[in-house]
Amino acid sequence: MSETLNQIHDFSAYVEINEYGKSCLTLMVEGVHCAACIQKVESALQQLSYVTYARLNFSTKRLRVEWDGGAELARDVAETIRRQGYGVHPYDPKAIQAESDEEERQLQLCLGVAAFAAGNIMMISVALWSSTIEVMGIGTRDLMHWLSGLIAMPAVYYSGQPFFRSAWSVLKHGKTNMDVPISLGVIGAVLVSLWQVLHHGEDAYFDSAVMLLFFLLIGRYLDFRARRKARGAASDLLAMMTGTAIILLEDGTQKSVPMRDLKEGMKVLVPMGQRIPADSQVLSGVSEIDTSLVTGETMPRAVKEGDTVFAGTTNLSAPLQLIVKSAAHDSLLSEIVRLMERAEQGQAKYVRLADRAARFYTPAVHTLAALTFFGWWLFGGVDIPHAVLIAVTVLIITCPCALGLAVPVVQVLASGRLMKRHILVKSGDALERLASVDTILLDKTGTLTIGRPKLLNRAGVTDEQLQIAASLGASSHHPLSKALAQEWSGDLLDMQDVREFPGQGIEGHFNHKRIRMGSRAWCGNKDAAIDGDQAFLQELWLQIDAVPVMSFKFQDHLRDDAKKTIEELKALGIRPVLLSGDRQVVAERVAAELGIEDVSGELSPVDKFNRMELLRRDGHHVAMVGDGLNDAPTIAGADVSISPASAIDMTQNAADIVFMGDHLGAVTEAYRTAIFSGKLVRQNFALAILYNVFAVPLAVFGFVTPLIAAIAMSGSSLVVIANSFRLTRMKG
Amino acid sequence: MDVLWYLIPLALLLGLCGLGIFVWTIRSGQYNDLDGAAHRILIDDDDKPLPDSTTIREEK
Repeated sequence: MSETLNQIHDFSAYVEINEYGKSCLTLMVEGVHCAACIQKVESALQQLSYVTYARLNFSTKRLRVEWDGGAELARDVAETIRRQGYGVHPYDPKAIQAESDEEERQLQLCLGVAAFAAGNIMMISVALWSSTIEVMGIGTRDLMHWLSGLIAMPAVYYSGQPFFRSAWSVLKHGKTNMDVPISLGVIGAVLVSLWQVLHHGEDAYFDSAVMLLFFLLIGRYLDFRARRKARGAASDLLAMMTGTAIILLEDGTQKSVPMRDLKEGMKVLVPMGQRIPADSQVLSGVSEIDTSLVTGETMPRAVKEGDTVFAGTTNLSAPLQLIVKSAAHDSLLSEIVRLMERAEQGQAKYVRLADRAARFYTPAVHTLAALTFFGWWLFGGVDIPHAVLIAVTVLIITCPCALGLAVPVVQVLASGRLMKRHILVKSGDALERLASVDTILLDKTGTLTIGRPKLLNRAGVTDEQLQIAASLGASSHHPLSKALAQEWSGDLLDMQDVREFPGQGIEGHFNHKRIRMGSRAWCGNKDAAIDGDQAFLQELWLQIDAVPVMSFKFQDHLRDDAKKTIEELKALGIRPVLLSGDRQVVAERVAAELGIEDVSGELSPVDKFNRMELLRRDGHHVAMVGDGLNDAPTIAGADVSISPASAIDMTQNAADIVFMGDHLGAVTEAYRTAIFSGKLVRQNFALAILYNVFAVPLAVFGFVTPLIAAIAMSGSSLVVIANSFRLTRMKG
Repeated sequence: MDVLWYLIPLALLLGLCGLGIFVWTIRSGQYNDLDGAAHRILIDDDDKPLPDSTTIREEK
């Protein structure tokens, strides 16, 4: 698939020339998964004499290349990577993620400054706590306080920005969030301490303010990293549809036009191996179409004059002349893009657990602080500054330090645990959403099954036959040829005059023998018995000098643990539903084998999406597991979505969780981890609240000193972190 | 207490050095690819540090 993509991408269009006169190009590289891959890609590029810089970012799979020379070399650069066996796509660095890169860097800087300030102020504070006024004298104490203040004030001003900005932006709209009490607490602590220092006061809370920021920034940074998700999946798809198409003009000449300029009624020529640019009808030619991108089915569909073909499918075996039925923006593919965009907007409505907690926490804290102030001022007989001081200690003590860590720490540990099991959690709240799921929608091909046909009767085939067949099929894009190539790892024979007969098979010559491989009708023995189930089985006959020799049998098979996984899901109280684009009979057979009661076949991408919407409207929480483009809108719209790493990039980008390997058990593994994480998060909240129950009365009645505040704050945070670490000891 | 006059500035100076180095590591892109760094250690060839490429300057 990526091969055909590369042919239509015009890489030179993405090249920028920097101020040193070098050409720069950023590419997305597919299929990089280990150190050897990094090395292979980078050293291949460094061997090109003109390349001056090549660095592959493993985390983002982005490759940055710079070279001396013009933009036209871009094609060679991309081709070099492709020859190493990796897929490449052009990538516009300005469009995506530049913003979140900047945000991450800002958070790192804030964290660094807060860490520096917290460490140094603590050094001074320990001296203050371990001594008394009688020993050190008032002058030394003031000096220490001033030093703390001089470190704390710029640090708070700088590191507090993420909280202050967020608090201000919600306050402007008359709302409130967790950042409002944080900001008030920190600013209040600094101002009150400053006032204390100016009046040679006893207590300064600079250490608390800075430490608070430090802990909260850790939580914020972990949260940010967990939440960072490849955004804008839909734009990836549109990028696939950039490129050019060949149109036939009235006078019979050919002209290359951008795909987006195609209009209804234009005649288009689609060579072998290229993508069909718009929904159209076949004018002339017989070929096979790879529809896997749109329907998710791996077997090619034969097309002939008058048939309708959809944009995004690939022409496999012979050139086709098409007449465009709808322009690019009306195509089925664009419809999928629109559905995805709608679905992504719908997802934004989910309110995370931490935010829900903030909704009742914030007003409660503010009321409490205000009551404390008025209580001390009106009835406690103290002056206003002193009453403010006590009210601020209430804010400091209640500051949701532990609450801020409760969710992110668990998320990071849970993602780490799943990562070790080759399950990638892409969005932070995915596990939170997964834990509430009651219905799971499953796609068939590529999800419940491996998605590739596999040779069944290897034992009944001689090595010689396999070698001939694999050699003959070596140049073909057909999935069955690819399956043969996978079985045969030895040398290939040099076949002469290889020709592909669309819908029938391939013919070639070897040792003056005509060798044919293809359908039963074309080169098989029509009278041979059909053993096995027609609905599943595909056969490929081998014919040498007009004598049918034998047949290869293929079948796409279920993942090893598919049945076990479905049983486990049912035992966990989740209803499995099978949604397939394949024929109803086939879908039903698979469902029966796995024990799934609810099954529908012959669904279009839109049908799948509607089924999911309907279930959600009935109040169900729906998880979607799928791999094809036809699943992409449903993946984007479901409460939570999982896709195998073999899925197309687009679907992987839209999915919340991606699992590697051939085991569907990843789904139950993720679910069990999600349930356990949910439990830990709730425990963490309970611990944080319990801590407040003890600490708040102390603060309200004015017993809290800077030392107690510091101990209480770090103590509660450590307890929450320790509790979260129980996740690493979870069984299984 | 005279010791404070040079110990405190010294401590702060050391802390500032640490902070300065941290800022430099961020700016030179050393946190841009944490997963990659974990893999690159397995590559046998000498992996030269990032050249002061135009890329880094651009990313700033």
